[in-house]
Amino acid sequence: MAVTSAPIAAAGRQGQSWSHVIAFVVMVGFFAIAPLFIYPLFLMKALCFALFACAFNLLLGYVGLLSFGHALYFGWASYLSAYAAKAWGFPPEFAILTGAATAAVLGLIAGSIAIRRQGIYFAMITLALAQMMYFFAVQAPFTGGEDGIQSVPRGWLFGLFDLRDQMTMYIAVLTIFLACFLLIYRIINSPFGEVLKAIRENEQRAISLGYKTDRYKLMAFVLSATFAGVAGATKAIVFQLASLTDVDWPMSGEVVLMALVGGLGTVFGPVAGAFIVVAMQNYLAQVGQWVLVIQGIIFVLCVLLFRRGVVGELAHYLRIRL
Amino acid sequence: MFEICFPEFLGARCIVSQALFGQLLIGLINGSFYALLSLGLAVIFGMLNIINFAHGAQYMMGAFVAFFLLQYVGLNYWYALVIAPIAVGAFGVLLERLFLQWLYKLDHLYGLLLTFGLALIVEGLFRNQFGSSGLPYRVPDQLQGGQNLGFMFLPNYRAWVIVFSLAVCLITWYVIERTKLGSYLRAATENPTLVRAFGINVPRMITLTYGFGVGLAALAGVMAAPIYSVSPQMGSHLIIVVFAVVVIGGMGSIMGAIVTGFGLGLIEGLTKVFFPEASNTVIFIIMAIVLLIRPAGLFGRRA
Repeated sequence: MAVTSAPIAAAGRQGQSWSHVIAFVVMVGFFAIAPLFIYPLFLMKALCFALFACAFNLLLGYVGLLSFGHALYFGWASYLSAYAAKAWGFPPEFAILTGAATAAVLGLIAGSIAIRRQGIYFAMITLALAQMMYFFAVQAPFTGGEDGIQSVPRGWLFGLFDLRDQMTMYIAVLTIFLACFLLIYRIINSPFGEVLKAIRENEQRAISLGYKTDRYKLMAFVLSATFAGVAGATKAIVFQLASLTDVDWPMSGEVVLMALVGGLGTVFGPVAGAFIVVAMQNYLAQVGQWVLVIQGIIFVLCVLLFRRGVVGELAHYLRIRL
Repeated sequence: MFEICFPEFLGARCIVSQALFGQLLIGLINGSFYALLSLGLAVIFGMLNIINFAHGAQYMMGAFVAFFLLQYVGLNYWYALVIAPIAVGAFGVLLERLFLQWLYKLDHLYGLLLTFGLALIVEGLFRNQFGSSGLPYRVPDQLQGGQNLGFMFLPNYRAWVIVFSLAVCLITWYVIERTKLGSYLRAATENPTLVRAFGINVPRMITLTYGFGVGLAALAGVMAAPIYSVSPQMGSHLIIVVFAVVVIGGMGSIMGAIVTGFGLGLIEGLTKVFFPEASNTVIFIIMAIVLLIRPAGLFGRRA
């Protein structure tokens, strides 16, 4: 299947890449005018989670690996980025890079353990490893325990732009998001990405074709962890806070929900899913614990009725690729 | 009571025997919950090919049913021990008929995601109703007090939990591995189509298996109620540890699940004595080491 479907997929992509271009233009247009009528802090939060969901989708949507512990990379990157900015006085760009590098290293370690098992075990292992690192975060002195790391300075980006200004911060976050989004898009559509999709479709076949699939899976895992790290590190700078919420298991569940709601294996789905979930949390904040119940109901509905997700259903209906 | 002294590499210190054996006892208690829960997970996975993420929530429901029975109906622990597994098991059967049965032909991942959603719903509803703080549940009168064994004080209730859960585990093992009913189950796990051709109602067997696995979780919940307080989030932390236990043991073997559960509980208890700061993480660390040395798990067969 991997052999025959790859060229067809490639031809289809060339024939229909206009749909991606149009969708991208619409997305950028939306982000350009959005701050005029939506609270910028909300937009920045949604953008960070959108990047997080895209990173997660790179792994589940394109390699077929369900990581149930992505909070590990998101949360630890936010801790390290917050600590670097606050305690070491790093400028924001280096603080975010510190966070991303942390996530990459953690992804390399956790990934090389987790890819030793497939399928359902992979999900359980990633969840368990993330929980282990959660307990380290609770105990480690530098994380500040229950308080987290508070009042992290936003600083001056490249020494030129004052990020304390909300709009400047928004433009910086949008730039980071778009750069990572395009990079992920490039990865998915590279020869490397085609091998990943082959592994998703039929790993045994990919092995028989001579691909060392473990290496590809590990590489994809590290890339996904790194992008998740960029998202977490950026969020720490935006909100000037790194806390236990970002490393705990419900955060791992949330990113799964975002990708699922938007559409697994679609390019724009995770972005839409992240906006839907973050908006829901924002507007339902006053009903307290019902958020948990509603999230659960959405999970059940998505799995039973809308496995393609919002964007996936739209693409299916319009017969295009999104 | 007496003092036990340890050599250099364990910190060269002396502790009261109660401290050591008390922790080992707590380890065994935790181990019996790990064993019961991972047993249920393994039985469910064998038949349904689904990892039941709602297992922790169902364990919590078992504890709450016991609490309701005592609080509002006046039925004590012993009734709860029978009623709670049946009630929560019936709830499981309902879930299987309503939701899970549509997923068997899909990728395993959807079963995990759906049961995760169900766990969120159940936990959220209980949290709305009862808040996050724990509710107390009395140790039953017949099991109050304890025995002084010379080297430690053994509370009767805790001894009961260990003995009873070990018995439940062994009975389950016996039924699955040594009886006719068990042979049908194992055959249906291997090849459901063929077993159906022999005139056995496999879909009903699958439904009942799920109900049974859920019932085991609820039984563990009832036993846990007097030891830990009854709270909505008592299951969600436990289930992640149980996942690690399942990865370590491998889900291929019933006895493997039992041995791994009790063994890891003991190791966790020992860690609390010697390296208390690692007691939360030791099972995860063991999991990582096992995966590096024996990726299929201690009792697992390579798929």
